[in-house]
Amino acid sequence: MRLLPFLASAIVTIGVVFVLNTQLTIGPTKSPKLGYFLSPQQGFWKNAEIVNTNFDASIVAGELKGNVDVYLDDRLVPHIYADHDEDAYFVQGYLHAKYRLWQMDFQTRVASGRLSEIAGADKLSIDRFFRRLGMVYGAEQTEANINATNPVMKATVDAYTSGVNAYLKQLAPEDLPFEYKLMNYEPELWTPKKTYLFLMFMSYDLTGHSVAADLQLTNTRDFLGYDLFSKLYTNNQDSLDPIIPKGTVYQKPSIIPIKPVNADSTYLLHKSGVAYNLQTKFETSPEAPNKNNGSNNWAVAGSKTKSGRPILCSDPHLGLNLPSLWYEVQITTPTHSTYGASFPGSPAVIIGFNDSLAWGVTNAGRDVLDYYELKFKDSTENEYWFNGEWKSVTKRKEVIKVKDSADVVEEIAMTHWGPAMYDAHYQNPQSKGRNLAVKWTAHNASAGVETFYQLNRAKNYDDYLHAISLWTCPGQNFVMATKSGDIAIKQQGSFVARWERQGDFIMPGQDSSYDWQGIIPNEENPIIKNPIRGFVSSANQKATDITYPYYLGTATSFPLYRGISVNKHLITMSQITPQDMQALQTNNYNVFAETARPALMRYLQTDKLSTDAKRMVEELSHWNLFNEEGSKGITVFKIIWDSVEQAVWGDELAGSDIPLTKPDAYVLLDQLLKDSNWSIADDIRTKNKIENFKDQVALGVENATKKLLELEKENKLEWSLFKATRVMHLTKIPALSRMNLPIGGGVNIINATTENHGPSWRMIVHLTDEIEAYGLYPGGQSGNPGSPYYDSFVNYWAAGKYYHLLFLSKEKLIKNERTKWHIQFKTA
Amino acid sequence: MKIIISILLCALLAYAVGIYGNLPWWSFVVTNLIVAIVVPQKSFHSFLFGFLSIGLLWGGLAIAIDQGNHHILATKVATILPLKGSYISLIVLTSFVGALLGGLASLTGSFIKMK
Repeated sequence: MRLLPFLASAIVTIGVVFVLNTQLTIGPTKSPKLGYFLSPQQGFWKNAEIVNTNFDASIVAGELKGNVDVYLDDRLVPHIYADHDEDAYFVQGYLHAKYRLWQMDFQTRVASGRLSEIAGADKLSIDRFFRRLGMVYGAEQTEANINATNPVMKATVDAYTSGVNAYLKQLAPEDLPFEYKLMNYEPELWTPKKTYLFLMFMSYDLTGHSVAADLQLTNTRDFLGYDLFSKLYTNNQDSLDPIIPKGTVYQKPSIIPIKPVNADSTYLLHKSGVAYNLQTKFETSPEAPNKNNGSNNWAVAGSKTKSGRPILCSDPHLGLNLPSLWYEVQITTPTHSTYGASFPGSPAVIIGFNDSLAWGVTNAGRDVLDYYELKFKDSTENEYWFNGEWKSVTKRKEVIKVKDSADVVEEIAMTHWGPAMYDAHYQNPQSKGRNLAVKWTAHNASAGVETFYQLNRAKNYDDYLHAISLWTCPGQNFVMATKSGDIAIKQQGSFVARWERQGDFIMPGQDSSYDWQGIIPNEENPIIKNPIRGFVSSANQKATDITYPYYLGTATSFPLYRGISVNKHLITMSQITPQDMQALQTNNYNVFAETARPALMRYLQTDKLSTDAKRMVEELSHWNLFNEEGSKGITVFKIIWDSVEQAVWGDELAGSDIPLTKPDAYVLLDQLLKDSNWSIADDIRTKNKIENFKDQVALGVENATKKLLELEKENKLEWSLFKATRVMHLTKIPALSRMNLPIGGGVNIINATTENHGPSWRMIVHLTDEIEAYGLYPGGQSGNPGSPYYDSFVNYWAAGKYYHLLFLSKEKLIKNERTKWHIQFKTA
Repeated sequence: MKIIISILLCALLAYAVGIYGNLPWWSFVVTNLIVAIVVPQKSFHSFLFGFLSIGLLWGGLAIAIDQGNHHILATKVATILPLKGSYISLIVLTSFVGALLGGLASLTGSFIKMK
């Protein structure tokens, strides 16, 4: 043995193994363990799925009561046939895990503030945000309540959980999903709590807009003063076409919320007197839920369709991600047969149809989250002033594990209102040093999972009403249609009976006078069944006109124009077919621009414009008002409109140390139409000149032209190139995402596709004897970036095409030519 | 003959220990080392055969997988790493990483028992 060369060689070998087996820090991210990652037998190569994989399998699971057959169709949609309901949910859990394990794990980690555990201290601020908001607290309430009071749901979630875990237990290390290998961590067993955490995250996604908006509106009001504020953020929406048609008569309210006597002086006109503590370390909050988290849904009665049978349409608009939030599935047991989009992480179908009834949801947008300002006795935060005395808090401990670092412990003061989210230990620029407790309906135990369980089995209108009566948060507009010909829509959730402007801003929390005075009884929530006009619809607009006896919340929460567009089309349509409905769901008509373009043109003195601006205005006036993929007119319109807005209220909003909420487009449009000498049009920074709309439109067009010329140079004037719609992988890694999709649409458009947001599941159900259904989502059934089924629907989705959904009995499905594979689940 | 035996043996054993995901990915370092002891070579030759055995094994497996996968995943990974999205570069890198370590392992083994 040659000792020295041996030692030298051994050390080098060990050194190379060590380096290749370590995550290296590259800029802000960490590399995978390169040797492991590249190993063809263990690393990412194992996730490179053979393109024509045979998915046939036979699985033995002792947890099952009976055998279960799963057939996968050519789009990899499973059709589950089970003899027992619980077995079906076991298999659903197994399949969710088989195809979407990493995503399920990741989403619940976000919801429960456990990202730092895998990604390090970098993600600590996101974790602290969700912990302090009470996400884990809320999920615990739901879990305890279901375990104590709801044996059927407990059994359902338990069966789902053991299905996920049955997959996990047989998963070999080399077959871990790709992202685990990339980020170097391992999955852990599923628990029922993770299901509730996931549903909690949906509550956050759909009602959490207020987490940021209430702070921003408060700061905006403080900056502008209430008088100016109420002009720019008016609650009047002149052109509103509500979900429940105007003129509907509402019953007398059972709760009449009383506005506190000092509200005008201490609440609305309040100027924040809080000292801005510059020493405070600010945390960055996660990006607030998109204001456009919304959706369209509608149902047309047989009187308006060619077949004489109802057609129901639903397209929830959410962040567009890969792997998709949705996973298609058919579940057939002796009690029901249901098809639709499910959430990996939760049992049952969320939006879909069964053999009697179809249902869909849009977000209600009602405000169910408020801030109350606290006064702590001292820096221990053990006591706070409430109703004339010092009251003790209880302290809730949340331990955040941090990769490569010590644990971080959040001690959250729990108050009468809820968790004290912002205090001396946690501030962001918008919270401005205040101590704020959060009161949120999502903190209360929810039986939401049962709503879907019941909807999956609903046979008629009464079943539907019963199912949704259990629903509390996030408030939704549930649309339904039955084979027997009924259509209906109801706005359902736990909604606070509010006095006008209650909770739009941070409220005083030192006594109970600003507390919620009740939850509106379910029977008083807006509902309409079989209206004469032959359709029901919703698109996140306000549910009712002002004759409804309760305050719905600040108008800025409610998009106006999509609803107008949907109703405008539906009113004129007749002899409707599913193909007509496909055209409507993907319709790109810009109803806002239909009014806004002539309103702008009225103030435009073309002869005074520069040559380039004239050319742009020419482009605008020839535009066909459709947000089509290749349209330049819409890009010109958007840039000009934004510039005019900036010219009109940029001066009022200038000079704030933090970003303020931008007023909604309808505010300016309504004023342009009124032809008034609106005082806001004046640029308050020019002392010796009073500007009017003509000046501001001219300025807006010239400013816009500069931007447009730049875009023209970059060849980005065409709408889809400008908008650059993308479907992002949850890690935001571009290589795993689909970028720059050729698709039209946008804000205010029925096809509500913006940059990274839009129709996340398009569904059309024709309630004929044999149900005829179409649908797709911008993703694919497999969550594996190495699978051809990872993004297989994306191109079709962008093109506005649909798949005919296979919803068949077992006998018929087996014979169908689109049925490709068979997975047998056998009880031991 | 010895050349072929040692390359084949290295590759075969490396493949065998690679099947078990519970063993570390670098288990072939140990098998290469053992082969270098059992089938003694000159140091340089040992390195070369170790290099070739794992390089061919990893490269070959990667090529086979990538063909079956129509380059779907390799193209994505080659964008992340970053290799400008070239699946060929990624296969070369994979092969080289395995080869380098395989060579070093065999070299180390060759010093234990020299003629």
